[in-house]
Amino acid sequence: MANKRIVIDPITRIEGHLRIEVEIAGGKVVDAWNTTTLFRGYEMILKGREPRDAWHFSHRICGICPTSHGHAASMCLEDAYGVTPPDNARLIRNLMESSQLLYDHILWFYILNGFDYVDIVSALSAKPKTKTLKKVQERVKAFVDSGQLGFLGNAYWGHPEYKLPAELNLELTASYLKSLKIKSLANEAGAVFGGKFPYIISSPPGGVTCIPTLTQIADYQDKMLKVKDFIDDTLIPDLMAIAPYYLYLKDYGGSHKSYLSMGVLDAKNQDPYDRLFPRGAIMNGDLGNLQKVDLMKDIGEYVGHSWYTDRCGGGINPSEGITEPNFTGKEGIGEIDHEGRYDWTKAVRFKGKPAEGGPLAQMLIAYASGSEPAKKLVDGTLAAVGAPGQLDILFSALGRVVARVLKVKMVADAFPVWIDELVANIKRGDNNFYTDYDLASDATGVAGWDAPRGCITDYTTIKGGRLETWQAVPASTWNFSPRDDKGVRGPAEEALIGVPVQDPENPLEVLRIVHSYDP
Amino acid sequence: MGKKTGSEFIKSLELKGVSRRDFLKFCGTAATMLGLSQLYAPKIAHAIESMSKRPPVVWLDFMECLGCTESFINATHPEVDKIILEILSLEYHEAVMAAAGDKAHQNLWNAVERENGELICVVEGAIATKIPSAITIGGMTSMAIMTKVAKASKAIISVGTCATHGGTQAASPNPTGAVGVEEFLRSQGINTPVINLPGCPVNPENIISTILHYLLLEKLPPLDSMSRPKNLYGATIHDNCPRRGHFDEGRFVETFGSKEESLGYCLYKVGCRGPSTYSNCPQVLWNNRQNWCIGAGAPCIGCFEPYFWDKFKDFYKPLPDVELLGVKTSADKIGIAIAAATAGGVAAHLIGSAVKGRLGKSGEGKGKEDKEE
Repeated sequence: MANKRIVIDPITRIEGHLRIEVEIAGGKVVDAWNTTTLFRGYEMILKGREPRDAWHFSHRICGICPTSHGHAASMCLEDAYGVTPPDNARLIRNLMESSQLLYDHILWFYILNGFDYVDIVSALSAKPKTKTLKKVQERVKAFVDSGQLGFLGNAYWGHPEYKLPAELNLELTASYLKSLKIKSLANEAGAVFGGKFPYIISSPPGGVTCIPTLTQIADYQDKMLKVKDFIDDTLIPDLMAIAPYYLYLKDYGGSHKSYLSMGVLDAKNQDPYDRLFPRGAIMNGDLGNLQKVDLMKDIGEYVGHSWYTDRCGGGINPSEGITEPNFTGKEGIGEIDHEGRYDWTKAVRFKGKPAEGGPLAQMLIAYASGSEPAKKLVDGTLAAVGAPGQLDILFSALGRVVARVLKVKMVADAFPVWIDELVANIKRGDNNFYTDYDLASDATGVAGWDAPRGCITDYTTIKGGRLETWQAVPASTWNFSPRDDKGVRGPAEEALIGVPVQDPENPLEVLRIVHSYDP
Repeated sequence: MGKKTGSEFIKSLELKGVSRRDFLKFCGTAATMLGLSQLYAPKIAHAIESMSKRPPVVWLDFMECLGCTESFINATHPEVDKIILEILSLEYHEAVMAAAGDKAHQNLWNAVERENGELICVVEGAIATKIPSAITIGGMTSMAIMTKVAKASKAIISVGTCATHGGTQAASPNPTGAVGVEEFLRSQGINTPVINLPGCPVNPENIISTILHYLLLEKLPPLDSMSRPKNLYGATIHDNCPRRGHFDEGRFVETFGSKEESLGYCLYKVGCRGPSTYSNCPQVLWNNRQNWCIGAGAPCIGCFEPYFWDKFKDFYKPLPDVELLGVKTSADKIGIAIAAATAGGVAAHLIGSAVKGRLGKSGEGKGKEDKEE
């Protein structure tokens, strides 16, 4: 049988615009191409602007994880200006990151990723165990009976890859509806310090603009504890309930088994290697060899398969990076040039090799760095699913799903400590929230920080008080990079290799792998 | 839209697990959002009860960051699950829909065909005109999709500054030729009515207010010359800012993290764009009315204004000049001028009124002839 190529465009339930093409032979994916179908030209727009404006622009790289992009930009400028934010600013930034992180992963688990595992139509035939579940079922039934299926229409309902019993499908549907409220509550908590979400406004280079009252701190805490309750009482039990049905996801989706984290959630010393999720790299699944990351030397970009002029690539570090679009595809990108250029994303590499970021990388690197909470969570989960000590089963699609939930738990346990530290500082009379500084005329800056879905690195050069260059390498540039000049696939492309596809007309299995990266 | 009786409607609502009491409470909230008296709640209830089906909506995403969707799904009055399950029929929205690929796109074209002329189209994101393939979906450019959907739509609601005026990617030098939806459609000779709800992001309350107005009163809200609903974009942030008293008295924050900041002084000197920004932020706030930018001690960047990325750039520097009693002056002089004026016996609020609405181009909305429906 001849190989068959299928295209999924648009990939739905993601941030951004993505086209995935896979080649199938013998019921499995044998080749894959990812194409980001959006180009905006941020780097070109930022040139010549007042440097601090970059922190506002950077939020708009991703409206789902803007807080991380904003913080990365501020840190890049803090590096350029030689300023360190005070401890209170560190804590408030951590608290705003935490609320974004919890909302983001809850949103992903239920709303973006959930329909890949939960058959909402099957939920209609469940025998509801509680009154609440009965109400949810009636609500969904009324929706379906109306004949206006709207956003639930034309999906893969009834696909044999949906493995859950009707009762579990109903329970997860109820959690879906509940999660919408909870994720908004997490955002409300973030807005206590950030003004609003998306696009918090209060973390410019130097610290934070908000000087919170104790009432505001208590308000944040109250809301976040409700989110934590949801995580403990609903999210984690939901994961553990469905895990046995989908454990086979350990068998594929592993990609290159190379993981990278810039680190996120600062410790008191603001050292990237001491963050709650520390900086580091693990290549080819070698957990024993945790590597340091040199942002100026280890990272390079290639454009042999990307729609940029050649001088934008060749392995140059983003500190010298160039953005010069050169679209050579067909108008509308209906078909791609499989051998040539096919992506608006550059191929970014760590020491010349593809590496993925995100919760799996963060948990594994935390684990390898000796983080006690990471060890406890990972080891405990492996034991609970009957695979004690088998860390290698996490090098898979299963690993990405599980790690995201474990990470939520780790952050939900950490934020109360930062609240305590903040209150202790204020009690001691520490009222420093912002460090003032002089705007340097000429400087360079670099920063690495992790968004919920992976690595962010920002590089800048300031000349005459204006931005000469700004290069951002966001999370999906790592995870959804195309082939590099050597023809090596990007992480998500590689993760698709070997994935079984029962029905090429309804490639649910492919969607799962793509969504496991939370693009 | 076909009609059915009120009792039929309530019955169907109860089947969905929504009680009559919940429903009336929702109608009361709707009345408030529309700026109507609570006495209108029964009328709104009647209007909703008369709908025989949920109005079909398609939500298109072009050059954007999904921040406006994220903002929308934080809606709390009413909550978003009610909106998508019981109020609207969301036929297409890439970020939330279950289908993917061709099957997802088919939902869009099915809705366009089936609901031709009845469709409400919400757009998030800009249209790429110089590099058309800088944004493609399902093998089509944003220009091609927008043209086709606009022709089948009864009205288009552009949400967020990208859809209204090109937004972030349209900032100079606008590498991709990003433009707002209204500008693009008019250039193509397509006259589908467009309502602009600028904001970066859009405020969810403004989307819901607009949709409710349209559904319940069966007409577009009164619009200004930039197609913005007058009730939402009629006054500047400065007009309604709770820190306004400090401005009038000449009390300013000069440095973040300072004593002046902890006292909640005016942020004008650290760059606040409130005096030039038409927005209802001070009233509706954000995230379930939790807070807003100025409440977090940060100067407004004017994200509700068209082209704010260029018009207001150098965000932490004060607005270059302010027209004060007919004389242009700078930030440093403002405090002195106000102090002098106060000493001279002129009421501070009079000076404040002279300042409002006279900055930059944002006065356009007030000066020019307004659009009515």
